[in-house]
Amino acid sequence: MAGHSAQLDAKTLWGGKESPFQTSYGKLMMWFFLVSDALTFTGLLIAYGFTRHDAQDAWPIGEETFNSMPFLGHGYPLLYVALMTFILIVSSVTMVLAVEAGHRMDRKGVTKWMIATVIGGFFFLGSQAWEWSHFIHGSEFGKIELADGSVAIVKGHFGEINNFTILEAGRKHKVGAVIKDDLMHQFQHAAERGHLEAGKIHLADGSIAKINKMKDHDMKLIIKKSGKTYKLGGKEITGAKAKQLYYEALYAGEKSRVIYGANMKQNEYGPQQYAQFFFFITGFHGFHVFSGVVINILILLGVLSGTYHKRGHYEMVEKTGLYWHFVDLVWVFVFTFFYLL
Amino acid sequence: MERDDLIEYSLHAHHDEDKGKEIRKKIYKVTILLTLITVIEVFIGSSIKQSSDWWTTVKIIFILLTLLKAGYIVMVFMHLGDERKYLRNIILVPYFIFVLYLIFIGLWEGTAIGKVWETMWQ
Repeated sequence: MAGHSAQLDAKTLWGGKESPFQTSYGKLMMWFFLVSDALTFTGLLIAYGFTRHDAQDAWPIGEETFNSMPFLGHGYPLLYVALMTFILIVSSVTMVLAVEAGHRMDRKGVTKWMIATVIGGFFFLGSQAWEWSHFIHGSEFGKIELADGSVAIVKGHFGEINNFTILEAGRKHKVGAVIKDDLMHQFQHAAERGHLEAGKIHLADGSIAKINKMKDHDMKLIIKKSGKTYKLGGKEITGAKAKQLYYEALYAGEKSRVIYGANMKQNEYGPQQYAQFFFFITGFHGFHVFSGVVINILILLGVLSGTYHKRGHYEMVEKTGLYWHFVDLVWVFVFTFFYLL
Repeated sequence: MERDDLIEYSLHAHHDEDKGKEIRKKIYKVTILLTLITVIEVFIGSSIKQSSDWWTTVKIIFILLTLLKAGYIVMVFMHLGDERKYLRNIILVPYFIFVLYLIFIGLWEGTAIGKVWETMWQ
């Protein structure tokens, strides 16, 4: 036996002292953790792909669902998520610059770039909070069930509601009173409950009011579920026809004809699973970002107190860097499969 | 007790200012590239509709661009490109073998089940 091993030279034979990967234990284990975490996200995205492939045309398209910008309103498809992606890429860059500064034992540089990374992380979390809030509250039109039983999502500019004029008194409001507050909220609340009828709204106190609202523009109905007349995958309904069909359904006075926003049971964008996947995948990713920010702050404290400088290397920064880049990596895939495809 | 059988690889990972300059240049180059890819993706995504005949091509382009982006993040930002071949392989090979299979089976089965549902409703 000894004769066989003697034929191998030391370079081929691993003697057990060195690591075959020429890397430290911590870094190697971080890589293994990231592989397992990558498999989790892969599983989630493939589950999403599975559900999407069996729902086909009923599935919403990213540019239909995500087309709003803060302060600017609607009509900016995918711009906001692109901004989020950019923020995360930039914070990934500042992280890699921190790692590079660490290799030069440049404590000031590491501190500077770590702070930038933490700020980038907070920016991303904030954007995601806005995105979630927008997703949950939904659009002004909502998703509507038309008279023939088909279900359509609605695009366009919703004419602003000016006020409600009370026609029949209730417990709180007198005839002729003009209500100017919280109009959209009351309107949508009444619509969901079927408390709208031919331009009139039944308010919570039992009064009936006339809805004074501006004209809608560029209305467009996209069928998401087939009915008797309108079929899934058919042409978009536009113009006066869209308006007539929408308000006929909205003012039908029936419960649950219209859905605004999203919750765990239903959503205005598409099949029920769509919102569930949105909440779970972006939520799970957001949780990773949050953990990453917390870990980055802890490492930043370590840098500030000089722990790593005394140790002679900044490998801790490198290891958290790996995790932070991984979070960015996952977002790249979420961005493609959830928003673009 | 101090162990003498461990090698502190981290202590040998340092580099000087010149090397640092070179690395930073590469980092900025990759940053611009990643941003550019994202801009292209959003531009294509918002200008070509899903109902268009080009959509299948667009989908393939999206996936290729994503893989390119992921490749740059893993190889440059995560330094996997600078690690030893063995480390690179032990991370990438098992992952890809498993995931390619899972993608195939997931999407194939999803489509099949979708077809079953369609026929059930008709």
